[in-house]
Amino acid sequence: MTYRVGQRVRIAARPHEGHHRTPAYCKGKTGRIERIHASFPNPETRAYGEDGLPEKRLYSVGFNPDDFRVSVDIYEHWLEDAE
Amino acid sequence: MDRAVHDRGGWPTDAPIDRSEHDLADWELLTDALVHVLAGKGLMNVDELRRGIESMPPDEYERASYYERWLYSIETILTEKGVLAPGELNA
Amino acid sequence: MSEHDHDHPHEPIAGDGLPAATRARALEELLVEKGVVSRTEVREEIDWLVSRSPADGARLVARAWIDPEFKQRLLADAREAALELGLDPGPSPVVLAVENTETVHHMVVCTLCSCYPRALLGPPPDWYKSLPYRSRAVSDPRGVLTEFGVELNEDVELRVLDSTANIRYLVVPRRPEGTEELGEEELAALITRDSMIGVSRPVVPA
Repeated sequence: MTYRVGQRVRIAARPHEGHHRTPAYCKGKTGRIERIHASFPNPETRAYGEDGLPEKRLYSVGFNPDDFRVSVDIYEHWLEDAE
Repeated sequence: MDRAVHDRGGWPTDAPIDRSEHDLADWELLTDALVHVLAGKGLMNVDELRRGIESMPPDEYERASYYERWLYSIETILTEKGVLAPGELNA
Repeated sequence: MSEHDHDHPHEPIAGDGLPAATRARALEELLVEKGVVSRTEVREEIDWLVSRSPADGARLVARAWIDPEFKQRLLADAREAALELGLDPGPSPVVLAVENTETVHHMVVCTLCSCYPRALLGPPPDWYKSLPYRSRAVSDPRGVLTEFGVELNEDVELRVLDSTANIRYLVVPRRPEGTEELGEEELAALITRDSMIGVSRPVVPA
């Protein structure tokens, strides 16, 4: 699935054994797509000697934990539509 | 939700931020350079570096200095790949 | 639970108990002996690492302050903008410059490790890599800014950027009042490393 800027999304709250780049404090949070970044080799497989293909699209997702905003870069397969 | 030791965002702490800085020691520059050179040769990519760091036992991760973690990772990854024999660095 | 990055003797961490400095040198020796790396390659990489400093980032910001069209190019693609000024943006695939304004203040962290625009800012300070900063930047960023001596007006949105992937962030701080007469080099001298991380503001000229 691809996402568009402004779309409401949820960051998946699933456990993951091994290397991944979705921080615990973001899992389960709902926010909005702020930017569509390039695609990159998947770090979850590249960390174990594989080539990381197919590449995964990276998105900047913004949410408000409190009186500030956090923008975090999350790979597409960790996002779900929340519209 | 369980989190790994390197996953620090929002980790409960009251610790103030120590703003003192130090110039990198020669061995730290050397460690940094080794990772870059190994990466250039396709022997160790940044994802493997991070994974190696994250594989440290949690108490060691927290006690280690920044480049000690890198060193641990290089040894782990290169041993895994057979570039280093297990325990070869200790010989 | 505190982290220290000083090179002083303590319980060695990894392996058989040798201090890290010894292990690092032994590792280099082994890899050179095996022909995996050459000493020249290592020295050249060290030379590149020590050549990096915040002066390059400051040049980008100073040019952006005086040239609005350059600023737009910088915000669109910081790697290209750096190359335009003859600067080395480094191996990171993407560097993104984000602009502080009257209504938004940015602050950068890497909660998972230490990702940082090293080519343009030099090595990250120890505190940036520290566990307390990585923890509190996304749970108490205003408290962190207070520790760094920065208070934001209530109507300024505080936006924390967590560099969790391949994007490196560079903050373009606001140009201080009273700098209209300053040339580009004088402006660059005001722009500190910490202001390009977002935990500080540029120096205000006397």
